[in-house]
Amino acid sequence: MNKKPLVAALLLATLSGATQAATAYISNEKDNTLSVLDLDTWTVTDTIDVGERPRGIELSKDKTKLYICASDSDTVQVLDLATHKIIANLPSGEDPEQFALAPDGRMLYISNEDDALVTVVDTETHEVVAQIEVGVEPEGMAVSPDGRWAVNTTETTNMLHWIDTSTYELVENTLVDQRPRYVQFTPDGKQLWASSEIGGTVTVVDVDSRAVIKNITFEIKGIHPDKVQPVGVKLSADGRYAFVALGPANHVAVIDAKTFEVLEYLLVGRRVWQMAFTPDNKYLLTTNGVSGDVSVIDVDDLKVIKSVKVGRYPWGVVTVN
Amino acid sequence: MSAIQYLFAFNGVVKREFWRFIQQRSRFLSALVRPLLWLVVFASGFRAALGVAIIPPYETYITYETYIAPGLCCMILLFNGMQSSLSMVYDREMGSMKVLLMSPIPRGWLLVSKLLAIALISLLQVYAFLAIAWLAGVEPPVIGLLTALPALVLVALLLGSIGLFLSARIRQLENFAGVMNFVIFPMFFLSSALYPLWKMRESSEWLYWICQYNPFTHAVELVRFALYQQLNIQALAITLGCTTLFTVLAIISFNPERSARSGPPKG
Repeated sequence: MNKKPLVAALLLATLSGATQAATAYISNEKDNTLSVLDLDTWTVTDTIDVGERPRGIELSKDKTKLYICASDSDTVQVLDLATHKIIANLPSGEDPEQFALAPDGRMLYISNEDDALVTVVDTETHEVVAQIEVGVEPEGMAVSPDGRWAVNTTETTNMLHWIDTSTYELVENTLVDQRPRYVQFTPDGKQLWASSEIGGTVTVVDVDSRAVIKNITFEIKGIHPDKVQPVGVKLSADGRYAFVALGPANHVAVIDAKTFEVLEYLLVGRRVWQMAFTPDNKYLLTTNGVSGDVSVIDVDDLKVIKSVKVGRYPWGVVTVN
Repeated sequence: MSAIQYLFAFNGVVKREFWRFIQQRSRFLSALVRPLLWLVVFASGFRAALGVAIIPPYETYITYETYIAPGLCCMILLFNGMQSSLSMVYDREMGSMKVLLMSPIPRGWLLVSKLLAIALISLLQVYAFLAIAWLAGVEPPVIGLLTALPALVLVALLLGSIGLFLSARIRQLENFAGVMNFVIFPMFFLSSALYPLWKMRESSEWLYWICQYNPFTHAVELVRFALYQQLNIQALAITLGCTTLFTVLAIISFNPERSARSGPPKG
């Protein structure tokens, strides 16, 4: 067998990988596109057409593909990052909005808002492995770092549903405040942070006991409490901060991840939704739906340094090196 | 006339202005309290906690406090420029200016010295204001505080020269109330100091154009851009042009003998 082309391809891939700048992909819910944002120059370098109403997006484990919830196309699309082409459509169940990839990079857990189901899809065989019944209006989705738990939130039932990933069975529920939207495990897997949009709170749950440790509330001077609607939650890799996107309050709350104290509120664009750290963890990007832009937060200084226009109603954001 | 004599006169004018400044501490306080009231009371009453839309030189959403800070710096320069220049009405009749104006030193040099002296003192107040504003959460880039310096000096000269030009036409200090009503307030409110001009345009096209023709608007924009390390060429050209124009006009129309010749003031 001639190995030369393979070696050359590998070399090329390494070279291009080394020279390629860090990039962010942003799903634009109203435009049916992804914006490609260069993280060195902070400019949009490309816009990719995808399925209808793209919302949640996730990077594959090998960082070569992007999974996109095309909600109104009722599918999860697979985008090849090298060519910017859609290479596959995964069966997802109806109206996929958020999903989470298991740490092994194979199983995708998708919440189906209209069907009160969580669909588990094998990204290698492109087959549905299981469908698990959960509460009404499933929304947030996360898999624990050790791969043991998949947690789904349901907006109307106001619960976190703990799914055992070895049996695909719902084993426990945790009641939280109204309209839980998003869940995120801490990097060490010991805590689960869940945001409640209408309740206006973030609940921290101990993973071992599934008991609520803390309910965090928010208060911004000059902004009506009704506008404070926590959605996206991101925890810094060093375990120092938690960032919470507060929706139409146009602010991101910075929380001390150890004391659960709110340290600061940072002003960003209108209706801030989801967030992602840059690969070097220096910056946090926020998608601002109504103003159609992405704000850049300097994580060390806790300052908003820039806002960059993307498409209409940016929803999800993912960064890759 | 030698350069030393020019410097001597300049030194005298500046020193006198500083003495006046040190002795009138209440004036220093009031010059600070005025913009701080705007910053703390007016800005929070405005309820723009949800952010002001992005306009250059800003690169992201800002609070209303951050937006009005450069305008309030210029407000300090405006009040100081007007007040100090108008005190010339008094000074040229009874104060030290009367003596100086009788000396062989050219009137133009004396007036420019006076303008520079006013500018220096106003700058102290502007930086004192910026320091307090910093504590209130208005945090422009640190280097911006330096790059704003030349812009602030130029704006101080502009407003001082307008004041000086007006003082040449005013007979009595009591007329300051009239200047407040007809010069200071319209200049301040019909500018981009308190609200972005695109917002003004939304409500009234002709108000927008009045603001556009107000040199104070361009003075504020010059300072705003300089505070964020950017140069607004248009604002610089207009501010520089107006400063030159009003300084020349002030020198030409300043006639120390006028009040004496025209007899007692008519009230």
